[in-house]
Amino acid sequence: MFNFGDVIDLPLIWYALIATAIFLYVLLDGFDLGVGILFPFAPSDTCRDRMMNSIAPFWDGNETWLVLGGGGLFAAFPLAYAILMPAFYMPVTIMLLGLILRGVSFEFRFKAEGRSRRLWDYLFHFGSLVATLTQGMMLGAYVQGIQVSGRAFAGSALDWLNAFSLMTGVALVCGYGLLAAVWLIMKTEDITQDWARKCAGYLFGYVALFMGLVSLCMPLMNDRIRELWWTLPNFYFLSIMPLSCVVMFVLLWRSLHHQYEYRPFFLAQGIFLMNYIGLGISMYPWLVPFEVTFRKAAAVPESQSLLLVGTVIMLPVILAYTAYCYYVFRGKSSHEATY
Amino acid sequence: MQIDLDPLFLARAQFAFTVSFHILFPAFTIGLASWLAVVEWRWLKTGDERFKEVYRMWVKIFAVTFGMGVVSGVVLSYQFGTNWSVFSDKVGNVLGPLLGYEVLTAFFLEASFLGIMLFGWGRVSPKMHFASTVIVAAGTLLSAFWILSANSWMQTPQGFRIGADGLFYPTNWIEIIFNPSFPYRLFHMVIAAYLTTAFVVGGVGGFYLLRQKFVPHARIMFGMAMIMAVFVAPLQLLVGDMHGLNTLEHQPAKVAAMEGLWDTQRGAPLKLFGWPDQEAEETKYALNIPKLSSLILTHSLDGEVKGLKDWPKEERPPTAVVFWSFRIMVGIGMAMILTGVFAAVLHWRKRLFETRWFQWWCVVLTPAGFIAVLAGWWVTEVGRQPWIVYEVMLTAESASPVGGLQVGLSLLAFIIIYLLVFGAGVYYIARLVQKGPGERTQDAYGTHGVDKPPIVTDLVAESGGEHV
Repeated sequence: MFNFGDVIDLPLIWYALIATAIFLYVLLDGFDLGVGILFPFAPSDTCRDRMMNSIAPFWDGNETWLVLGGGGLFAAFPLAYAILMPAFYMPVTIMLLGLILRGVSFEFRFKAEGRSRRLWDYLFHFGSLVATLTQGMMLGAYVQGIQVSGRAFAGSALDWLNAFSLMTGVALVCGYGLLAAVWLIMKTEDITQDWARKCAGYLFGYVALFMGLVSLCMPLMNDRIRELWWTLPNFYFLSIMPLSCVVMFVLLWRSLHHQYEYRPFFLAQGIFLMNYIGLGISMYPWLVPFEVTFRKAAAVPESQSLLLVGTVIMLPVILAYTAYCYYVFRGKSSHEATY
Repeated sequence: MQIDLDPLFLARAQFAFTVSFHILFPAFTIGLASWLAVVEWRWLKTGDERFKEVYRMWVKIFAVTFGMGVVSGVVLSYQFGTNWSVFSDKVGNVLGPLLGYEVLTAFFLEASFLGIMLFGWGRVSPKMHFASTVIVAAGTLLSAFWILSANSWMQTPQGFRIGADGLFYPTNWIEIIFNPSFPYRLFHMVIAAYLTTAFVVGGVGGFYLLRQKFVPHARIMFGMAMIMAVFVAPLQLLVGDMHGLNTLEHQPAKVAAMEGLWDTQRGAPLKLFGWPDQEAEETKYALNIPKLSSLILTHSLDGEVKGLKDWPKEERPPTAVVFWSFRIMVGIGMAMILTGVFAAVLHWRKRLFETRWFQWWCVVLTPAGFIAVLAGWWVTEVGRQPWIVYEVMLTAESASPVGGLQVGLSLLAFIIIYLLVFGAGVYYIARLVQKGPGERTQDAYGTHGVDKPPIVTDLVAESGGEHV
């Protein structure tokens, strides 16, 4: 039985790996779900065909990061998985049902004709919307803390439902919508692109507003987070994140008005990254806030070692062929793909 | 209001429903991916356009099935936690890495190259496209490898110890991954998947031949399916028998339930049919074939076979389900072997593609593989109850601390949504079959679907330009 536990800090590495997997999920499935959120507002059916085609080759791979997030958590931190899943029983189930409806819509929509196509258009939209909303609400409930007793969730079924979590839910809907809008600016042209640019303009304001609100609420709700961010010298280091966020917001605003096609996408992703890092710093070292740290939740070193070998080999390979797929389907999407 | 819902029962019902629903899709896509790889290889090798057209038709069906498989599979990866958190906490050290490897080695591979397989025509070279199909097929098999290893470990656990805290700790990964029942289960399931696909493809081919539509393509489908029926269906009997003997060694209570045998006896008869009564501890109205059970299980006429009464009542599986599922599975297996025999005889008489009753026979058997796969899984999963990890951990001690109402409502939601999705999936696949292979004037994919799209941009499109 091999065990790298004495040589390297396995729990910390896995904490970072799971965080990375979840972030990649947010980045990739974010614009993907966002396309579903914006779907019914597009100017025409042909635009919708293009929007769908721009993500059709990727959605499956994007969603696999969610499976890696869940599977990875189970493998590397089984205790956290065993507490968080019952805590989020209802939102997880609703999210999964949403993902089912939107996932099958990709296939069914292109095979349906006439009014039944409308049905799948709307199920694609509502599925994406509901999945995003519940993800945002789980995030909001997560940062407020989970009740634990012993090795099990001890709260009640509706702990995840409150005003703050509703706000983070709506915030994520706007966020994913923004990611989708800048994705569409990159992947479409003409009327679809013009419309996406307009959407990005509106959503930009909401995203900025919600980010401000959440940044304000977090230190107010939690003393520890307030101390972390508002004491010297932490303040100097940590202010890099909000400051770079502001800079990127300004750049994004300008790039939206200067007909750039690629820049908005990467700037929006950058804004998400900064927020995610900020959130990560606030939550460290809790895996089940504020009860179980990542060290306590870690699987035994033998298990983390075994999976680390596979991850070190496979993750670069996965990233390489994911990049290859995006390269194969580079350029503007058409409304008439064939397969 | 206090509603008395048993969370354990509901959690079991929910898992049984979602996992039974899910297995239908991999059972089909594992075989279909491999078959598509063979078809594309034939096309590249011979340049015969029929192969390409057959591929293009079935890859659409593959996409629909695969999509439903993915979304119903994501559910399972979270359900271990939502409904079985105590189990997840205790065995996470052992099973977690196995599932992790499934995601890392199989899921990403399948999901990424599926995009190229579906949309890559004209964007990548034919060889790269073929490589993508092969990679997707390999991904489905790798996925089967890891998930069946995990399932088999729960059936025949080894290579672990239980700590003072009640958690499972791995001691030997090779023993865990290659546990005693794993090789048998893996081969049995992969062959089952191949046969399931063969009978769907053969059924569709038979349907076209009956109707005299798409005959050149139908001959490819029907012919290739019959090759599988002739050679692979009998192989399944052999592998199934070995799997059964392995179960007898490690899970004799399951075999006793499959046989409906209550008293341990020498020269046990095979109960062809009957009604196992859990309370009365007997199999009523049994139709016996003397000594056959002993002959099959011990390869001797007087071999001893253990009966269910050897185990305390609370350690016996629900016998009727296991008994009947087993008979359905074996019955369908026999029908598949018989199909192979018919096909061989008809081929020898040079009437394989012209015999109408045989085409009907194959059309009727189209869903046979799915039913057999479900029945087989019910045998093995119900048959190991009351254990979740065999003879180590009880199913009753594994459930999450969540209320019955939550579990019941989510079960209801799953049933409604799955029925909608399943109904739509079957409907669209049937439509694809109706359309058949070959080019048509208007492919449904990418067209607008409505006769006259009403909105502004389409006026622009009508006036000549492509400005959307």
